[in-house]
Amino acid sequence: MALCAGATAAELAAALDGLGPIAAHEELRAPEPGLVMVRGRMGGDGRPFNLGEATVTRAVVRLATGETGFAYQLGRDRDKARRAALLDALAQIRPAAVSAALAPIRNRIEAERDVARRRTAATRVNFFTLQRGEDT
Amino acid sequence: MYVAVKGGEQAIDNAHRLLAAKRRGDPALPDLDVAQIDGQLALAVARVMAEGSLYDRSLAALAIKQARGDLIEAIFLVRAFRTTLPRFGACEPVDTGAMAVERRVSATFKDLPGGQVLGPTFDYTHRLIDFALAAGFAPPPPAEAEPEADGAMPRVTDLLGEEDLIERETADDRPPADLTREPLSFPAERDIRLQNLARGDEGFLLGLGYSTQRGFGRTHPFVGEVRFGAVELDFVPEELGFPVPLGTIEVTECQMVNQFAGSAERPPQFTRGYGLVFGQSERKAMSMALVDRALRAREFGEDVVAPAQDEEFVLSHSDNVQATGFVEHLKLPHYVDFQAELELVRRLRAEHAAREADGRPHYEEAAE
Repeated sequence: MALCAGATAAELAAALDGLGPIAAHEELRAPEPGLVMVRGRMGGDGRPFNLGEATVTRAVVRLATGETGFAYQLGRDRDKARRAALLDALAQIRPAAVSAALAPIRNRIEAERDVARRRTAATRVNFFTLQRGEDT
Repeated sequence: MYVAVKGGEQAIDNAHRLLAAKRRGDPALPDLDVAQIDGQLALAVARVMAEGSLYDRSLAALAIKQARGDLIEAIFLVRAFRTTLPRFGACEPVDTGAMAVERRVSATFKDLPGGQVLGPTFDYTHRLIDFALAAGFAPPPPAEAEPEADGAMPRVTDLLGEEDLIERETADDRPPADLTREPLSFPAERDIRLQNLARGDEGFLLGLGYSTQRGFGRTHPFVGEVRFGAVELDFVPEELGFPVPLGTIEVTECQMVNQFAGSAERPPQFTRGYGLVFGQSERKAMSMALVDRALRAREFGEDVVAPAQDEEFVLSHSDNVQATGFVEHLKLPHYVDFQAELELVRRLRAEHAAREADGRPHYEEAAE
């Protein structure tokens, strides 16, 4: 589910294409945009408080074989939520195939995170001690 | 006499058509793409999300385009949009200690676990206009370095906490009050105050924070830490009953460390102010932390003598959508109110003139 949240709608379409003909399914809940309240904690670790809302889209599909797939993800992209819910359902009957279909997304996200980490690391300050007064 | 009038519909329609043309600007130039605003005016997008109190980058970017770059107007549009959507529930509180940090600096400790990481910052730039940007030069690729194997970056306040030198937060998980559901009332608890400040106007909070530094409610602040980066959002849908990862959002957090409080029972300890905002905005997070600490005056038995310590003053005037609504409504037709004022001032002037003519003194009445 975290992978699908970080994917684009086009990436999820490609993953579904890679899975071949899709089993018959119905939309139990058509993709619906809404809000969630985001919370923080006082001081980072104290009592919760409401920080502000975020847009979220949810969808539920059911395969003809009975498996139900859910999607809850940030943003307002209905197609992406529908595809994510379908992938969630398919993962219950074909876990290895779905995992393989999502591998390019996993690799893309990990590569981007790695570059971001490396760029951030290059801005880390290395302090060095100047000659101290008493040594002169 | 009250006369109801209507009119101006055609003028209003035409004004809005003119606005749309002005917004588009010179048709010979390319139209501004929403994705460009999101990518290249990212800090304006962050401000609209923070004060619009809605995390949605592409929506905030579109609002900026629609508002012709007027950020308060864009914030207003975002606030209006959020009222059209149902709320599914509340997320688990974000864990800023587990943030994928892009920037983290501390003004209190030089060497701290995780180090000082500058990230993308205006600090240390010379603030000289860069004409190369106008010429469209591509920037050099960012430098890269090997990240530390243990990438952990504990919060600074946890380091001081080990020696009990700083007050501890208590993590009771009572659901917080929500000022989008309950109107503001006083005295306001800290959860309400922080929600109000998080969506409050950056300029207003900056001015108030600055006033505490200049002596109006001094709190002797140090930036324990400012950090910016991505945090995971987890949400427990009712029908599932377990946490679902929704994705990541970017936030800026400021831990302000302030001078001591203590009592006969408790030895002196540093006190804390806290700032947390959507997107990258250190100025806002730091101002929020200064004002949060100032507003804790009652809690620490400090005299409430300055505007930044007065919660009714701060919380009632921090919201720029409310403020702009009340200020800008003055330009709407007030013909009837003003007619009444005109009548009054004419009558007063006539009475004044009559007294002058009679040679009567009028200071007695004026003294009433």
